[in-house]
Amino acid sequence: MISVLRGLWLVFLHAFRKRETIQYPDEKPYLPPRWRGRIILSRDPDGGERCVACYLCAVACPVDCISLQATEEATGRRYPEFFRINFSRCIFCGFCEEACPTYAIQLTPDFEMSEYQRQNLVYEKEDLLIDGPGKYPGYNFYRVAGLAVGGKDKGEAENEEPPVDVRSLLP
Amino acid sequence: MNEPIRSLVIIVGVLAVLMSVSAGLIWLERRLLALWQDRYGPNRVGPFGSLQVLADMIKILSKEDWIPPFADKPVFVIAPALIVVTVLLSFAVIPFAPGIAVVDLNIGLLFFLAMSSMGVYSVVLAGWSSNNKYALLGGLRAAAQMLSYEVFMGLSLMGVVLLAGSFNLREIVTAQQRIWFCIPQMLGVVIFLIAGIAETRRLPFDLPEAESELVAGYHAEYSGMKFGMFFVGEYLGVTLISAMIVTLFFGGWLGPVLPPLVWFALKTLIFICFFILLRATLPRPRFDQLMSYGWKVMLPLALLNLVVTGGVLLAIG
Repeated sequence: MISVLRGLWLVFLHAFRKRETIQYPDEKPYLPPRWRGRIILSRDPDGGERCVACYLCAVACPVDCISLQATEEATGRRYPEFFRINFSRCIFCGFCEEACPTYAIQLTPDFEMSEYQRQNLVYEKEDLLIDGPGKYPGYNFYRVAGLAVGGKDKGEAENEEPPVDVRSLLP
Repeated sequence: MNEPIRSLVIIVGVLAVLMSVSAGLIWLERRLLALWQDRYGPNRVGPFGSLQVLADMIKILSKEDWIPPFADKPVFVIAPALIVVTVLLSFAVIPFAPGIAVVDLNIGLLFFLAMSSMGVYSVVLAGWSSNNKYALLGGLRAAAQMLSYEVFMGLSLMGVVLLAGSFNLREIVTAQQRIWFCIPQMLGVVIFLIAGIAETRRLPFDLPEAESELVAGYHAEYSGMKFGMFFVGEYLGVTLISAMIVTLFFGGWLGPVLPPLVWFALKTLIFICFFILLRATLPRPRFDQLMSYGWKVMLPLALLNLVVTGGVLLAIG
């Protein structure tokens, strides 16, 4: 009986507690920076597309919502001809971000992407591409990779030694 | 104003007030439960969400009203109406303020007990006519619960009758001018309150519906406004028991400064809020616990209360 009265009193005291509810459209909830929301494609600090169209994201995707087609510039730099994410299928697992070798594909803290028509949930490359580097501001894949690409030969990348001629015995 | 018109105005007024109160209680209950669970509750429709009631009404009235083909149709239809009618009839004898009562019955208390016992027919018939095992179990439980709690509900009120020397509710209120009966009848209040909760099938004594074990008990097969009627009945029942507690133990309309009607409404509102607080706090007991609690604890206590009250009154003379 005492416990019943004590319970009544304690529940009554909850009337003066802070509310747990976040009144969503009026006040926005805090989303941590690593929140897995809307997917974007980032650019490197020079403004070039980071994506090298390696298909690893499309392979990693458990629901096959990413589709793309690789192509190549005259300089030898690879990029996707089209890049399409079907957000009506996407489960926001973040595997594509983990698989990406160039930090191109990233998940952002944004979930407000409702649409009245299902077809509008299919995002094309121009919808996905943003102007900045996203979560990795300084990173530029083609500057650190050993690949020869237009304007940069082998051995000229950052922190890279000139290539060794393995057929020569000279030191 | 001549007499028939006056009583007609009172009847229509009481009916209108009770219907809007029972609708408003939906909103009040949701807001208060939210308050005690650190939430806001409905606060979007209208000021403080008070028009939520209207939205709910529109919704429930436009729902499909479906009678299952296996149900006993006439009984199925009449059961939800029964509970509302019996509770509304009970309100006829309650004196809201001096001169404001539908009838001034000299066996008002007995009439109230009779009508609240009739309410169980609604639940049992609903459970029976649904032709569904969960509904029937709910109906069975309702019957058992009502029978056992009805007994000491009546007994707990006899102390008040002894003190006031009348079954007339108006005379019971006026007899409390010197001291409210909640003080000499402390045990009586508690017993009547517990019996009242069981009588209205509110949590923690909502075993007849018990969502977690019986789906929804006796109203599992109901939909649309027939389903809504059970809830109108339930909220009216809460109002009725609160009003009865106020009338019998807390001096009815008596109180300083404010007009009698306001006092009555205020006191009733406090008890309604207490009912909701009980719902927010207490878990549901097991059915055998409920029964043994009724017969082994509450009934002897009610008898003891009656004997002691009678003895003291005889001793004082």
